[in-house]
Amino acid sequence: MDTRLEKKKLSLRERYHLMTRGLGWEPTYQPADKVFPFTTYEGIKIHDWDKFEDPFRLTMDAYWKYQGEKEKKLYAVIDAFAQNNGFLNISDARYLNAIKIFIQGVTPLEYYAHRGFAFAGRHFRGEGLRVACQMQSLDELRHTQTEIHAISPYNRFFNGFHHPRHWFDRMWYLSVPKSFFEDANTGGPFEFLTAISFSFEYVLTNLLFLPFMSGAAYNGDLSTVTFGFSAQSDESRHMTLGIECIKFMLEQDEANVPIVQHWIDKWFWRGYRVLTLVGMMMDYMLPKRVMSWREAWEIYGEQNGGALFNDLARYGIREPAGFRDAIDGKDHISHQAWLTFYTYNPLAAFHTWVPTDAELDWLSAKYPESFDKYYRPRLLYLREQEKAGKPVANKNLPLLCNVCQIPMFFTEPGNPRMICYRESVYEGERYHFCSDHCKAIFDHEPEKYVQSWLPVQQILQGNCFKPGTDPTAPGFDPVAAVLDYYELNVGRDNFWYEGSEDQRNFAAWRAAAQNN
Amino acid sequence: MSDVFIALQDTDEARPIIEAILADNPKARLTHSPAMVKIDVPQRLVIRRRSIEEITGLPFDLQRIHVSLISLSGHIEEDDDEFVLSWKR
Ligand SMILES: [Fe+2]
Ligand SMILES: [Fe+2]
Repeated sequence: MDTRLEKKKLSLRERYHLMTRGLGWEPTYQPADKVFPFTTYEGIKIHDWDKFEDPFRLTMDAYWKYQGEKEKKLYAVIDAFAQNNGFLNISDARYLNAIKIFIQGVTPLEYYAHRGFAFAGRHFRGEGLRVACQMQSLDELRHTQTEIHAISPYNRFFNGFHHPRHWFDRMWYLSVPKSFFEDANTGGPFEFLTAISFSFEYVLTNLLFLPFMSGAAYNGDLSTVTFGFSAQSDESRHMTLGIECIKFMLEQDEANVPIVQHWIDKWFWRGYRVLTLVGMMMDYMLPKRVMSWREAWEIYGEQNGGALFNDLARYGIREPAGFRDAIDGKDHISHQAWLTFYTYNPLAAFHTWVPTDAELDWLSAKYPESFDKYYRPRLLYLREQEKAGKPVANKNLPLLCNVCQIPMFFTEPGNPRMICYRESVYEGERYHFCSDHCKAIFDHEPEKYVQSWLPVQQILQGNCFKPGTDPTAPGFDPVAAVLDYYELNVGRDNFWYEGSEDQRNFAAWRAAAQNN
Repeated sequence: MSDVFIALQDTDEARPIIEAILADNPKARLTHSPAMVKIDVPQRLVIRRRSIEEITGLPFDLQRIHVSLISLSGHIEEDDDEFVLSWKR
């Protein structure tokens, strides 16, 4: 072996420049605007693509190295969890209903993100941005896979885990996250990045991955917390991409400011509405709770989001139009969502319940302004009816907001006794919205949102029955036909937790684990 | 004055990083939650490679933070010696 002099190690900055810049080239067979056809039509003006720099300065070799380490750690935990019957050590089987929502509603979004970033990485110019998008695309595929692997052991023992991919395209409540992401993926690359990297990842995902995943740890779900934090460690890179891309657009041309502001308004509100589900998971579905939705919102929404919008003020960006209404909703949305899901539980692939007395008291303490006044009496009524053997089920299909696709249960800002209704007329048709902000999103692009696939409308139009179903047959039961179309395991996946197979099994297994 | 924050996993590997942050940022406030710690500092948070190395006695590449990192806020400036989060640039 020949002896070589150790060369001086390159600095992080030098390494980053050598390993990203110069990876692209000017096309010669075709003009650049044909190779990159989507970079201008949104109206964003970029003068120098090289001004985008990933502040982490992560290069592909370092990326593979650290991602490989994260994977090894994660799979060791997943293996150990499955091998040691970890599902017996969770706090309570009620907890798993939050994980059902996760695999049904969040994991498919990871896959959409994978596709979205692959698209953005292909269509942006500038190697810095392209490399960052490409890494994120791989991250998101990893999140899809690791979530499926981490959650699938539960499918061997519990209901509601067996058919998430099928449900995602059909089930009424899953159209909320699905339409959110399809809205983003059908935007141009700049809107997509503002929607997902900035509004969703930077401003909002902390609310999902920090308090909720810490909650998973608190409830003994080693598998979920480990994938959650493993995914979130990628998320901090994604958030950085989000904030850098926003700054990049704002610094490149002043004409970009109003376009970006509109996207921030839109995507803050879209993301906030999707997080209603997370609020409900935190306040109602974790038997052991780390913090309330309201507390998490105050830390990550108000303080952290507020700090960010203060900082962006120097570019002429103001806080999102819906920010104040979002703050107003913090005392209400988780309760309103839970009550709605409870009464529609016959149609959902997870269980709901009335909280125990101790849990009601926790909610009263966390929501002193609203819980005893508006929500406790309704929950107590539901409990009474359940005890009397006639749990309250809503058989009417709800009116949905045409933009966020959530049933119209949100109340007026400042008046929690009044449901908030807004509407617009477009080409002679009337469209309904849950809020001023969803209405504003529609009014800006009605051609897009008149195409919304709204589950209720689709059911009423007869598009949610299996082929061969005859709705004119005597004794036709439309609800049963829809559940059949969903391929829901009726009586096992749906209905309330009290009396469910999950509840019975978990009690029996726990008892068996403590005796011979 | 806005805070910046960093959230790290509550693991053996993250412990020297957490210790170094607390030592190098006198205004740091640490919050423990199950499985994680969150550190808030007004305006600016710095992580120094040397401080971590002094605690462990081993060389440390700042990019290893990725393995323990959960989340953060603020603008990032990173080079071989320091990793800085801040609101004012
Ligand atoms: Fe992800
Ligand atoms: Fe809406």
